[in-house]
Parts: sequence; structure tokens; C-alpha cells
Amino acid sequence: MEHVAVSPWVMLAYLVAGVCFIIALRGLSSPESSRAGNRAGMIGMAIAVITTLVTHDVASLPEIGIAIAIGGAIGFVIAKRIAMTAMPQLVAAFHSLVGLAAVLVGAAAYLNPEAFGIVGATGEILTVSRVEMGLGVAIGAITFSGSVIAFLKLNGNMSGKPIILPARHFINLGTLAAILGLIAYFTQDQDPWVFWTVTGLSFAIGFLLIIPIGGADMPVVVSMLNSYSGWAAAAMGFTLHNTAMIITGALVGASGAILSYIMCRAMNRSFISVIAGGFGGDAAAAGGGTAIDRPWKRGSAEDAAFLMKQAEQVIIVPGYGMAVAQAQHALREMGDLLEAEGVTVKYAIHPVAGRMPGHMNVLLAEASVDYDKVFELEDINSEFARSDVAFVIGANDVTNPAAKTDKTSPIYGMPVLDVEKAKTVLFVKRSMGGVGYAGVDNEVFYRDNTMMLLADAKKMVEDIVKSMG
Amino acid sequence: MDFISILSIFVLACFVGYFVVWSVTPALHTPLMAVTNAISSVIIVGALVAAAAGGSPSAKWLGLAAVVMASVNIFGGFAVTERMLAMYKKKERK
Repeated sequence: MEHVAVSPWVMLAYLVAGVCFIIALRGLSSPESSRAGNRAGMIGMAIAVITTLVTHDVASLPEIGIAIAIGGAIGFVIAKRIAMTAMPQLVAAFHSLVGLAAVLVGAAAYLNPEAFGIVGATGEILTVSRVEMGLGVAIGAITFSGSVIAFLKLNGNMSGKPIILPARHFINLGTLAAILGLIAYFTQDQDPWVFWTVTGLSFAIGFLLIIPIGGADMPVVVSMLNSYSGWAAAAMGFTLHNTAMIITGALVGASGAILSYIMCRAMNRSFISVIAGGFGGDAAAAGGGTAIDRPWKRGSAEDAAFLMKQAEQVIIVPGYGMAVAQAQHALREMGDLLEAEGVTVKYAIHPVAGRMPGHMNVLLAEASVDYDKVFELEDINSEFARSDVAFVIGANDVTNPAAKTDKTSPIYGMPVLDVEKAKTVLFVKRSMGGVGYAGVDNEVFYRDNTMMLLADAKKMVEDIVKSMG
Repeated sequence: MDFISILSIFVLACFVGYFVVWSVTPALHTPLMAVTNAISSVIIVGALVAAAAGGSPSAKWLGLAAVVMASVNIFGGFAVTERMLAMYKKKERK
């Protein structure tokens, strides 16, 4: 049985679905067009699903309906309930499902190749389809197990500290070589053991690749797994000869790869060094050490309120610590009060301020901060010199001037926010002892124009709001 | 479709993806990840083919399981993206 001739209308329908997905991503170029884009994505998905159902002899429609209803209900409830701070975990969990679905589809295609039209004249699976299937299952399995580890690390079920196995590079490269070798062998011999060994080894390598990567590098990992989930979908699209899947897979693959690149650049880390792992556990204790010995100034909520009310422009620099303390709503209230006093308030976001790309923007949007007051690093960095107050809350490494001057610093070369150029820096921090992810002391604490506001972020902002009233 | 036409679509789609994603504003990178998650679940097409076909009960059940997972992603991904995008406002407050 050769490939079943497919009606051009069916191919056209899948192409339209693919175009809808391109429009969905294109919509995200601005918040105004984004919701229309998201709707286009939904329409594309509906077209793809309906086209598939009407063009196949569906022997099990009730079961399929129930499966969609169960999955849909679970997805919908999770989407409605999830806290915005937990977005990175959710995305990791969703990636794992795409990966596992790809593995299951690949396995189903292996067990029932006739249904997928990939059987050659000899009754065996077509050679090219075997390669595509093998790659799809391998990438899917890596996406699944890698995402599960990323989820556990982000969700706090597993320590963010890197887990370093001895000779891990040797083990990992060996496993990868074995997977590729077996996929090559699969073209010669479609025995079940080859297929299932590829699947099993791929699950193992996904696990091994992510455990040595520390909490600080999770934004890169989540983006990378995003990319993998796309490539898995594309590989399955090759197996199924389905344009919608191929276009989508390429889009998602490209998207994840670009986001990984942006995150690496923002941390001045090379992709290879992130993959190699071992960097940055949760609140690393190494380095610095001399934190308490140098003189620094402590301020009160009243001092902060007074300084900011007198200011012409205040730039707020939020970091993940702000989100952990759930201070975003109090912060927005503070911003509103300042604006009522005629102060210009802007927000400066470092690309790695949150736990995933764009995370901080979502958290501020949730607190109803207008998005046109929120600026990216390169757009606002020149403005600190013209600002009266830089209000740093829950951020640390991303403000450290050592990244610009100290060649020995582990964060040297990382782009940072020039907060020290503002007339006054108000630095909200829980205590003087703790250091950021990179485990380095921050020069900004000891500068003459810095006032340390030592307290829980939310409590401090609430006190400032009270003092302003 | 022969392999070369499929490969052509793939390569061109990679370029489209590259340019479209660079034009996404950094403020919307989290919704971007959520929506790419939802659309990559177009893999449900493969799951439906497996679930719909007779012949192999094990393939059918694998397909149905994949349909459940992809559906979680599709509904969850689009809904959470919609929820996030609804929060992006400017100057209309009060």
C-alpha cells in the first residue's frame, strides 16, 4: 500500500491552519493585536482537528470525544486557577505533555503504520519514515523527561542545586551517540527492541541533561525545552506528511531557540556552558563573604516616601524577589500615589528578572501596571542618570556594577541596569547577608547615594504607601 | 507529498518563525511561550489518526492517551494565554 492520495482540499485546510498559527505569533508583536492573534491560533487548531476527523474513517468517535473533554476540562481548570508566579512551572508541565504526546503518537505509528499510510510495497515501514519516527520519538522523550525535571526544580519539589554526576559529559555523549546509532540501525531492522531502546534511552538522556543545570539557568532551560517540543511536533509532521504540524513545529522550534538565545545573552552565558550545567543553585552561598564589614546607610519607609515624593522621576526595578514577596500590588499602589503627586514613574525590566522570558512583565500586568510604563533594559538604561530615584526591589545581580568593571566577577560582561547613576538608589532587601544567584556582593549597597531599606519587600512597600498618605 | 516538498515547507517555515518571533515584543515573551505550547499540540492530529483507526487496539489506546494530553495543552495553553493577554492594559484604568 503506497501513500493514500490526499485531496488537495485537505492539504489546503492544513495549510490554512498553519497560516493561522503564524498569525497567532505575529499578533504578539504588540499587546493591542495579541488577543486577535490568540483567537487566530484557536481557529487554526479547530480547523486542524476538524479536518482530521472528517477525512478519516473514525471508528471510535465517542472515545475521542471523551478524551478531548477530559483533557480540555483539566487544561481549562488549570489555566483559570494557576497563579501568575507559577507560570514557569506550568509551561514546563505543558512542555512535558507535548513531549509525551509525541512519543505516544510515534509509538502508535510504529504499532499501526497502515493507519498513517507509511507502509511500503514490501509491507515494512518506509525507510524515510523510520528515521522521522525515530527522531520524533527521541526528541519527544527528551522533551518529556527534561521538562519533568525542569518542572520539579521550578516548583520546588527538587532542589535548584545542580546535581553533578561524575563523568556526566562522557555518559551524555555516549547515550546521544547510541540513540543516533540505533536510529540509523532502525532503517535496516525495524525490530521492536530497536524502537523501544531508542525511546528508553531518550527518556534517560532528557533526565541526565537537565539535572546538572542550576536554578539560575532555568529560564534558558524552559526556552530550550519549548524549542524541543516544536522540533518533536515537526518530526511527527514529517512522519504524517502534515503541513500544519510541520509549519507549527518550525515556528515553535524557532521561537524556543530565539528565546534561549535572548536569555543566554542577558546572562552573558554561552548556550554550551548552560547545557554543560553546574552553575548557580538556589541562593548560592559561595563567593562574596565580606558583606557586612563595609559601611552602608539604612533608611526607613518614611525616608523613602519623602525622597520619592520630592522626585521628578522614579524608576522602579523589580526582580523575582518582589514576586516571591507578592509585593506587585502594593508596588502599583505606591506608583499610583507617586503619580498623583506629579512624579513620573517608570518600570525597568531586566530580561532575566523573572524565572522565564517576559515573566516580570506578566506579573506587573497582573497588578494592573500600564504596559507603556514598563521598559526593557536597553530602552531605559540611559534614563537612570536623569532620574532622582531608582527603587530596586527584589533584584540584585541585574543591578551589580561589577558586571561592567570587575573582570574577575562571575557575572562580568552581563548587561546590567545602571541604577547607581540615579541621584538616589533605594534598595529594598530582606537583610544585608544574602546574595543573589551568582553569589557575589553588590557594590551598589555601599555607595554614598544608596539607602538600604531592609525588610520584607511587601511590608516595606506597604509602609511606604502608609507614610505617603 | 514527497520528502523534498515537505522539507521545503519546513525550511521556509523555520525562516518565517525566525522573523516572526524576533518581532514579538519582549513584554509578551511569556504569553509567546504559552501560545507556542498550545499550537505545538497540533500533534493532536497524529493522535486522532491513531485513535480513529481500527486494526491495532494498543495503537488506538496510545492515540487516545495522546489526545487527552494534547487537549490539556490546547485548552490550557490558549486559555492561560488569553488570561495573560487580558491583563495587558494601558491608561484605561479608572
